[in-house]
Amino acid sequence: MNAVAILFQLVQDAVVVLLAPLLLGWVNQCRAWLQSRSGAGVLQPYRNLAKLFHKDAVLANNASPLFRAVPYILFACMWLAAALVPVVAIDLPLSPAVDVIALVGIFALARVFISLAAMDIGTSFGTLGARREMLVGFLAEPALLMVFFTASMISHSTSLITIVDTLAHKQFVLYPSLAFASAAFLMVLLAENARIPVDNPSTHLELTMIHEAMILEYSARHLALIEWASALKLFAYVTIGIALFLPWGIAGAGDWGALPLALAALTLKLVAAGAGLALLETLSAKMRIFRVPEFMGTAFLLAVLGMLIRSLLES
Amino acid sequence: MPAILPIDIVAGVVLYWLILAGAALALRNHPRLIARLVFPAGAAGALLLAVAALGALGGPANVAVLPLGLPDLPFHLRLDSLSAFFLFLLGAAGLGISIFSSGYFLTMHQRSLGLLCFEYHVFLAGMALVFLADDAYLFMVAWETMALSSYFLVTTDHSIPAIRRAGFLYLLIAHVGAIGILMCFGVMQGGHGDYTFATMRAGHLSAFWSSVTFLLALFGFGAKAGILPMHAWLPEAHPAAPSPVSAMMSGIMLKTAIYGILRVTFDLLDVQLWWWGVIALALGLATALFGVMFAAVQADMKRLLAYSSIENIGIILVGIGLTIIFHAFGKDALAALSLTATLYHALNHAFIKSLLFLGTGAVLHATGERNLGKLGGLIHRMPKLALLMLLGTLAIAGLPPLNGFVSEWLLLQAFLLSPGLPHDYLNMLVPIAAAALALAAALSGYVMVKFYGIIFLGQPREQKLAEAHDIGVMERLGLTWLAAGCLALGLFPVFVILELDSVTKLLVHQTLGGSASLTGWLWLTPIEPERASYSPLILFLIIVAGTLFTMVMVKKFYHGRLRRGPAWDCGFPEQTARMQDSAEGFGQPVRQIFELFFGIVREVPSPFDKHPRYHGETKDLLWEWCYLPIARLAEWLSMLIGKLQHGRINIYLLYSFITLLALLAFVR
Repeated sequence: MNAVAILFQLVQDAVVVLLAPLLLGWVNQCRAWLQSRSGAGVLQPYRNLAKLFHKDAVLANNASPLFRAVPYILFACMWLAAALVPVVAIDLPLSPAVDVIALVGIFALARVFISLAAMDIGTSFGTLGARREMLVGFLAEPALLMVFFTASMISHSTSLITIVDTLAHKQFVLYPSLAFASAAFLMVLLAENARIPVDNPSTHLELTMIHEAMILEYSARHLALIEWASALKLFAYVTIGIALFLPWGIAGAGDWGALPLALAALTLKLVAAGAGLALLETLSAKMRIFRVPEFMGTAFLLAVLGMLIRSLLES
Repeated sequence: MPAILPIDIVAGVVLYWLILAGAALALRNHPRLIARLVFPAGAAGALLLAVAALGALGGPANVAVLPLGLPDLPFHLRLDSLSAFFLFLLGAAGLGISIFSSGYFLTMHQRSLGLLCFEYHVFLAGMALVFLADDAYLFMVAWETMALSSYFLVTTDHSIPAIRRAGFLYLLIAHVGAIGILMCFGVMQGGHGDYTFATMRAGHLSAFWSSVTFLLALFGFGAKAGILPMHAWLPEAHPAAPSPVSAMMSGIMLKTAIYGILRVTFDLLDVQLWWWGVIALALGLATALFGVMFAAVQADMKRLLAYSSIENIGIILVGIGLTIIFHAFGKDALAALSLTATLYHALNHAFIKSLLFLGTGAVLHATGERNLGKLGGLIHRMPKLALLMLLGTLAIAGLPPLNGFVSEWLLLQAFLLSPGLPHDYLNMLVPIAAAALALAAALSGYVMVKFYGIIFLGQPREQKLAEAHDIGVMERLGLTWLAAGCLALGLFPVFVILELDSVTKLLVHQTLGGSASLTGWLWLTPIEPERASYSPLILFLIIVAGTLFTMVMVKKFYHGRLRRGPAWDCGFPEQTARMQDSAEGFGQPVRQIFELFFGIVREVPSPFDKHPRYHGETKDLLWEWCYLPIARLAEWLSMLIGKLQHGRINIYLLYSFITLLALLAFVR
């Protein structure tokens, strides 16, 4: 662990937290274009955040301290998750503290906290949202874990750094197991980030909403932190996807000269991923909530299949 | 004067607890004195036991022979690392429970507190003796002492018929299990007639008889642990008992069965076959998934926790199965890893489940309600309890950086390392098993959000909850000890694993501590740093620092202005507590997804009913598939045998005559 690596880690922490809303803005903008709207511009998430931070917070009369603490905890968890993923350079001093299983654990921790906060006020929508979120979560979490396991089996490690290093510097081989895993991961990504077809981030329709139902009681700075944490979560998921399935171009250990190229590659990948996500969301329709378990079950099955293929055919 | 060995201290604590039990009986007319004095004194014994056991963990095995018991059949005691580990578990968890009990029973006005305290300490002593026993005779005596004293504890409120029924079911299954254990020892002594464990250890059994022994042990101890399909007593007995007793049964007593399985499989038997591991693995997974699924649909908070205990026992059994598989194939490093995960999870579960059961006791005490559908909003009335319970909730849900996560992490690592077993089918099963385990772990998050959210968050669902009072000093002390244990076990795993090394060395002749602490105590690296590393302390500090940093920054750059107002709820005007999810409502998605596994009885009135009655019940299908057929068979058999009985002396004389003739013909 050297000083440059620590500096790089700090820079990544800062950059990630500042740029995460930009990715969200880009996805929304692409969606607007695909729907023949002019859109609000890629900077709209920042304007929203600024607006929310300046407002006075309104808390429900019976909100407990837990309710007030959760936005900060959520933000810290998502920040940590996003800061851990090696996308530009392998050398991240923080990354060994949290391997892929712990990363899944951090997402679960955040999910449990936001669900508890949703139940805190005791409104019908809050508990409904918490129940639905946990429903999506308990199926998405093992699926995500199995995706990681498939990658871990290829690289014989659960450390994100080693996984990315192995996958990036191996000769180009098409792993059928990774194909299954990537399909499963995409489904988990959509579900966990409250995107269509599982959830719709831009609706308050009680029959369908999941994430929005949970955060109905939040306002102003608390809501801003939650929105920001959501942007960080999307960023973390997209970069995990990039790290696992499209790792090429990343700067190796100690190879700081390759940084500009890696940065350019990452930008390109993020732009493409955002556009792809928008396209996917535009092409599909929101599912009925009762169909969500089937969708998530499919993701889980695909991930397990990927792992089976890995352990039976590829070893 | 000879030096005092750890075994002397441990035996001393057992004796001390028995004396306390006698004292409790003598003081039975002074319940306040019992709560104030006897329970804290018991806690001091537990503390001494924990310290002595921790000291004995790395040391050599101590043996002792007590001149008690039958003539020519003295009690053999032995304290080795495995015993020491479980005695530590008993002492550490028992300490918290006893301190809590001191406060809990002080205000409980239990009329029979003297009797309860007597049984409580006999129960503690019985469990300690189970871990100490070095011959089958003392083991069974201690085992039965434990079973009987806990039966009386379960039926403390014996005036309620449902509790008497629960107690009977518990006693029945405990004894069916005890028969299995007895037969297991019978097979192991191999016709020598010598029932000491030392002889069994030295003996050699053929593969067939070893397998018979293992299966009998799995059956016998499985009945005590609540392994499928012998789990039926657990969700009945745990809610029936007073909460400190539930805590002790779930937190500690279930672990005696785990101890028994480990003792027989790895210590007393000299060979292990890989297919035993497959059976244990499959049973464990079925138990874990079953437990967590049923936990998700419970409406009674103690039943919910009982089902969650079934789940955790399943996870522990998965670890045992994996250990057997690895050990049988000679992969001892991996066996050490999965055994460490197993023991770690057992220790974690002892702390977490004691904490949670005691917490439900405090809730029950404060509100008189066990039904989740009548609780809610207690975080406002009982903030201290709510905070401690939050820790327990997060820990049992297996979330980092708490302790439940560490053991699950280790177990998943063991799964990930298993490819490369010299058996194709096994290699195929392992990913599926890992997936099932991950599903169970994720579902437990669902269950615990339901548990905590419905009890502590939201609006109070009943008027009387407004008068709930927070926990007292002793109760808080006991709970804080257990919660601190959860935190410490979660944050400093390397120290725990170094302590566990002596147990894995004893059982699978390999340790994990060397590689786990390769890069210092801060980093947990079970195999090597490149393969997997995890640092809970760093993770914890970053999350705390990130949270505080965000708070400071938001305050600095913006403002802290805050208004209070009515809840928004999308603008719906009427808000009542009845509009929150009930326990059944929160479990509904799980019930729907896994409908196949539940026996669901619904009674839904037609829209035109004048007096509509809604009724829904989720039943355990195993009752119908497994228990009722056995009960019917037993009834049918006894009816057949009953035909022999007429109550007339001349017919009985005829029976004697026929028997006599038959015997004469036989010896001719």
